[in-house]
Amino acid sequence: MAAITGDNHRLRLVVRYAVLTLIAVIFIFPLVFMVMSSLKPDQQLLADTGSLRAFLPVGDIGLDNYREAFARAPVGLFVFNSMLVTAVTVVLSLLICSLAAFSFVFLTWTGRGVILSIILATLIVPFETIAIPLLLIASKLPWIGAEGLTFGWLNSYRVQIVPFIADGLTIFLFVQYFRDLPGELIEAARVEGATWMQIYTRIVMPLSGPVVATAAILKFLVMYNQYLWPLMVVQQESYRPVMVGLQYFFQLNIAWGEVMAYLSLITVPVLAFYLVLQRAFIASIASTGVKG
Amino acid sequence: MATSTRLTRSNAAGWAFVLPGFGLMAIFVILPFVFAIALSFTNQRLISPNPTQFVGLTNYQELLGLGMITLDSERDDAGQILRDDAGAAQFPRLRDYTRNNPEFPQINGMREWLSWGNDDRRTYLLARDVVFMKAIVNTVLFVLVVAPVQAGLALCLALLINQRLRGINIYRAIYFMPVVVSIVVVSLLWRFIYDGNDGLLNTLLNGLTFGAFQGRDWLGSAATALPAIMVMSIWQAVGFHMVIWLSGLQTISPTLYEAADIEGASKWQTFRYVTWPGLRNTAVLILIVITMQAFALFAQIDVMTNGGPLDSTQTIVFQAVDRGYGKQDISGGSAISVILFVIVLSISLIQRYLTRDRT
Repeated sequence: MAAITGDNHRLRLVVRYAVLTLIAVIFIFPLVFMVMSSLKPDQQLLADTGSLRAFLPVGDIGLDNYREAFARAPVGLFVFNSMLVTAVTVVLSLLICSLAAFSFVFLTWTGRGVILSIILATLIVPFETIAIPLLLIASKLPWIGAEGLTFGWLNSYRVQIVPFIADGLTIFLFVQYFRDLPGELIEAARVEGATWMQIYTRIVMPLSGPVVATAAILKFLVMYNQYLWPLMVVQQESYRPVMVGLQYFFQLNIAWGEVMAYLSLITVPVLAFYLVLQRAFIASIASTGVKG
Repeated sequence: MATSTRLTRSNAAGWAFVLPGFGLMAIFVILPFVFAIALSFTNQRLISPNPTQFVGLTNYQELLGLGMITLDSERDDAGQILRDDAGAAQFPRLRDYTRNNPEFPQINGMREWLSWGNDDRRTYLLARDVVFMKAIVNTVLFVLVVAPVQAGLALCLALLINQRLRGINIYRAIYFMPVVVSIVVVSLLWRFIYDGNDGLLNTLLNGLTFGAFQGRDWLGSAATALPAIMVMSIWQAVGFHMVIWLSGLQTISPTLYEAADIEGASKWQTFRYVTWPGLRNTAVLILIVITMQAFALFAQIDVMTNGGPLDSTQTIVFQAVDRGYGKQDISGGSAISVILFVIVLSISLIQRYLTRDRT
């Protein structure tokens, strides 16, 4: 590169940015379309898809679609439900999966290899294929609550949370990460008389920032975007999450402006959150991704 | 590895740490899976007046049963081939053989899946469940196209994004953006792109060809529906695998690149002999991850096509859900789940074998 003249260098730079920008447009245009369309009346929205106007805030712009979306469905409730289910699942998942991974990596016990193999084998079972037997199980499970002992978990928060707390991928991520932690640290702590719980809380977890972030992000995306499972197990409006709430907008004649407003409402907050934290977001996934 | 800490056994502590996680997985992942296997050998339906019975391999035979028959074309008394108005040779009706024909009990109830041959004779490949056969073929096609293309594109993006340029982080963030958006939302948005009248893609192609391109209904025609869903799925997920490639790229020591530079290696040589060998483990991981995800293809189908048109976008998982939940045929849906598991397990074992460390 040293031999390249200034002009040539500048030209190459322009070409590079042009390529990068073109690709960026490919990745971003459906999302721009979504937000712009949410501001337009139905008739204009559909007419605009025939031109570049689809991506521009032009014509009869307003927030009417949002007002109507809120009138049609309890949007706030759906977002709250999704956030609650997601937050509780993420926190419990991080705790329980990291404990399990800690045991797999640092402790020696009978059956360890077998159990770890079973857990890793579950990685190749897509959720959709066990959804129906899981539905049968969930409809019979006991629960002790305010009304005493009851059976059947359908129509609740717990049916959306508990089955997703422990999963093979999260445990796998923690196991991978823990294996690269310096074993001498843990050994030294043991010699000093620390309990396993102390080692977990004082040494291992404080060193695990990147993997905690990655596991949290991946779990968040899975949980916030849950679709098939809540469709099956939640018939009551009061427990519905955001993706199932979409059904309210696909009645006889679809008001696309309202659909776009709803999609924007449930997507933009996540996108904004992502964009604010994108550097840490991508860095943490990259750092726990693989060992080269 | 922390092998040195394993001087002593600690069974109690070990199990205590694992039990919450493993217990939950046992109830909510392993038990349903075992359940699915058991149900696939019964005639269980969601709501049924009849008691559940053990039916052996019936569900599997119903799904996977194949047969073949070769028929001669019909001839008149002079031995001339009978032809219809369009000039095509006439063959005996297939259903005369597959419906209660005592001479052909093994193909009873089957339907035509594929046929080939000439005017004299045709061979028919029959399937007991043609839709499921199409679902298997579509899923395998999806995996065969999406896995290499998505992995390749993700690598190109990673190489592009790995340059030292001002503002490169912004581009990286944008490429990753679709990953953050729900596949349900993405599928709905892309319905506008693929729409037959005034869809965004038609408009774009029309503009680029100065009006020469006649619009088509991308999701509404059997030839383009599955490719359209492939493109969208790649668009949505490629950013994620870009990041994984990127992490692999960043583990390659810069001194190797300096050495290549000093030796006067071309860009391609540098990639071939420095970058690619350094990405081996990453490549294996990415290929396995994409394959698994591709086999689980469901939400896109559910939102965009419901398996149509003409079953051109049926997939294995869509069939499993459609039967087990939509049609309440739990045993049939479970059998599909088990078949999928066997396919994915075989492929991951083959992949593991092919990508094993030979050193």
